[in-house]
Amino acid sequence: MNLPDFRFDRRRLRALMTKEFAQIARDPSTFLIALAMPLLLLFLFGYAVSLDTNHTRIGLVVEDSSAPALRLAQSYAVSTYFDVTPGRNLAELRGGMAAGKLRAIIVIPQDFGARVHRGKVPRIQVITDGSLPNTAGFVAGHAQGVFQNWAASEGIGQAPAAAHVPRIELSARYWYNPGLRSRYFLVPGSIAVVMTMIGTLLTALVIAREWERGTMEAMMATPISMAEFIASKVLPYFVLALASMALCTVIAELAFGVPFRGSILALLAIASAFLLPSLGLGLFISSATKNQFVASQIALLAGFMPAMLLSGFIFEISSMPWPIQALTYIVPSRYLIPALQTVFLAGDLWNLILPDIAIMIVFGFAFFAMSFFVTRRSLD
Amino acid sequence: MGEPVATARGVVKRFGGKHARPALDHVDMTVTAGRITGLVGPDGAGKTTMIRLLAGLMRPDAGEIAILGRQPAQALDDLGYMPQRFGLYEDLTVRQNLDLYAEVRALPPEEREATYKRLLEFTDLARFQERLAGKLSGGMKQKLGLACALVKTPRLLLLDEPGVGVDPISRRELWAMVGELVSEGIGVLWSTAYLDEAEKCDSVVLLNEGRLLFNGPPHELTDTIAERVIRVTGFQSRRRRFLIRALDRADVIDGTIQGRSVRLLLQGGAPAPAPADFADGDALAIEPAPPRFEDGFIEILGGGPKGTSALAERYRTIPESDALAIEAKGLTKRFGDFVAARDMNFAIPRGQIFGLLGPNGAGKSTTFKMLCGLLTPSEGTGSVAGNDLRRSAADARAALGYMAQKFSLYGDLSVRQNLDFFAGAYGLGRHAARDAIAAMIEIFELGDTLDMNAGTLPLGFKQRLALACAVMHEPPVLFLDEPTSGVDPVARREFWTHINGLVEKGVTVLVTTHFMDEAEYCDRVTLIYHAEQIATGAPDDLKARAARASGAADPTMEDAFIALIEESNHQARAAA
Repeated sequence: MNLPDFRFDRRRLRALMTKEFAQIARDPSTFLIALAMPLLLLFLFGYAVSLDTNHTRIGLVVEDSSAPALRLAQSYAVSTYFDVTPGRNLAELRGGMAAGKLRAIIVIPQDFGARVHRGKVPRIQVITDGSLPNTAGFVAGHAQGVFQNWAASEGIGQAPAAAHVPRIELSARYWYNPGLRSRYFLVPGSIAVVMTMIGTLLTALVIAREWERGTMEAMMATPISMAEFIASKVLPYFVLALASMALCTVIAELAFGVPFRGSILALLAIASAFLLPSLGLGLFISSATKNQFVASQIALLAGFMPAMLLSGFIFEISSMPWPIQALTYIVPSRYLIPALQTVFLAGDLWNLILPDIAIMIVFGFAFFAMSFFVTRRSLD
Repeated sequence: MGEPVATARGVVKRFGGKHARPALDHVDMTVTAGRITGLVGPDGAGKTTMIRLLAGLMRPDAGEIAILGRQPAQALDDLGYMPQRFGLYEDLTVRQNLDLYAEVRALPPEEREATYKRLLEFTDLARFQERLAGKLSGGMKQKLGLACALVKTPRLLLLDEPGVGVDPISRRELWAMVGELVSEGIGVLWSTAYLDEAEKCDSVVLLNEGRLLFNGPPHELTDTIAERVIRVTGFQSRRRRFLIRALDRADVIDGTIQGRSVRLLLQGGAPAPAPADFADGDALAIEPAPPRFEDGFIEILGGGPKGTSALAERYRTIPESDALAIEAKGLTKRFGDFVAARDMNFAIPRGQIFGLLGPNGAGKSTTFKMLCGLLTPSEGTGSVAGNDLRRSAADARAALGYMAQKFSLYGDLSVRQNLDFFAGAYGLGRHAARDAIAAMIEIFELGDTLDMNAGTLPLGFKQRLALACAVMHEPPVLFLDEPTSGVDPVARREFWTHINGLVEKGVTVLVTTHFMDEAEYCDRVTLIYHAEQIATGAPDDLKARAARASGAADPTMEDAFIALIEESNHQARAAA
């Protein structure tokens, strides 16, 4: 019947928004989701969850007692990457590996010193735990790094014959996050999760609640238009989500020392662009379900889970299998996270940020169009 | 005055496919300015659908609806609508709710103070402006809902079952308030399932299962049965037994117990029976009684059931015993600081019906749940069929049949699966279960519905199935929580015919109801108000007490309730 009706009256809108803010102010669960949860998430990702590979526990078997072998063993022991458990033979440490207490075992073999002595490149064995491929990769890399440092300091590989050949030395530098601290990219990522929670989950709940409590019916029998009603739901939560994001940003800088190299304007633009699809999805879910329980389940499934798993927040998208990679293109937070990371760690690189913003706005319009389509002013 | 503010012509509304029974089937009706039009019928009649169509919340599949000559959705400025749950934001204050409705209805700011003052005075809510709507009592919520619907004076006011579950005093006050509005020229549509409310309307639209049964002033319906309603008093046998025999007569199409008398509706055209025809003692007297709207409804539906209950015929006889069947001693239930039921005391001997009467939230269900072991009392004790609630609650539960509010069956199981399940849950052996289920199917005529999901049954069938599930194991005690809520009067009669029959076999019944007239079936009732028992006794005694207190002659049970509440309030004030 009444297809989307866009009548707008400032007075009615103001009355509806006043009501919405009064309800937010009185609802402890709103505060919990908007303020307590972001803090919890930030501290969780800032302190507890770490993807860094410092102090990985490894076993070290030194079968050779020559001086070079002992110096190499010493290099491993002092490395900040590893916590070393020494052992006399492999069998002794195998149990620790099986129990998950050790992530790798490095074996310095019997002929180690002899090979050094004969001018050959010595070999070591690195056994990693394949059940944790990421850690295994890191450990193998770091183990090799320590070995190469040791080799350089011993002058091994600088055989006289090779002296004339210009040596190529790789020296990696990590820009933007020199220490490769995962906190630096997890904290901006958790801002994305927080905004998804407020934009999608909270919005979905509040509209479904109006249906459940019968207030929607009473409102529809007044002269308000659906556009006013939807705006009155969207604007307060937009403001709330931005406030929550500001809180997260301040804490990220002050408590976690995450650099903020971009401008507030850029951050605001990115966050606002992301809130369009986020709020739009929440609206769509609640109008389609009209039931708080179903709405919250779907909001978690369609908003929260993709923001956690498919956005590149924790799992790198480029290492996902291609069908999953393809799927990530329809997850709005996939565009938010790189943009946020850029603003935090690199600065206002508008040529990188603007395409992400544009895509998020397109998603936003799509979701809003969908919710207007299902939110008819009708109980049919 | 007298001009129509809303008209519906040939309105059809279907939900769920072309073959579904229409929720409204070619209904014509009119709401006139300055009058109260009653939209009357049991649950599922189509009342709410009709109101939503008039409010422009839905569109009819066929037919025309006009509000003041316009489409409903175009007439929202002139419409006041109070939905069933009053449409209030419970987490906002009274004042904030009013503000919201005033603003969305564009009440001119300069009129606001005067309007609020008038509405708050009218609804007596001035003291509670800063209270959250959710913390108001049912009656106060109802008044606030009305105030919100009236914030900008409408020309059409739609009230969807405003009287359900609120206490009789609030209901009476609301009625008086609506009467005032009508005198200002507003056209009011008042929907209700209470047939006694219909009699007070200027005009009535009677719906049943989506069909229009009657449309006109209520006296036009009752006039058709004038002279055919009689009251019989002075019979010697027990009143339930007398009613059963009277209903089995061919010239009686309906009958109800009214305290110590019995009220009968006679078949049209049959000569009125003489006292000797009943052969029940010399003192038997017959006098004409005023017809009621409910009698007319039953007449249209083709009369009520006969008196003999097939269920009772089959039921075992509960052995005679002097022990009390149900006893409550000082039962109290607290939830935190809130007292849901305080110091409940009553004793029910075998073979009686005892009623807990009161509005929603008064403490009926709490008392009820303590007695069937679903809630642990904070204080006090009780027993059911000789089993102490505190020591052997499980045995007490096994001795009773429980029919929960809203007929809580498993909606997604079929009728047969429900019967199987409850037979198993009450521990019937395989043969006993098979026999009992077969008997229930026959008695309650469930044969055609066996494979239907219980949730999709019409309400009357749900009620039958719920009763069947509660009595399959032939318990000595029956607990019935709002057992006839929302069903049509014929289904209600059928239900009471079974219950009366069972009681004659020695079954003891505890029933809660907010239908005051149903209290007449009870041997004794207790009135519960604000978590306390304010009066206990036989219905006739309570009415007599109320008549002495208020001076009204021949009060109804509802009048009695109101008089007794006022008396108790008076005493409370005097004591304070």
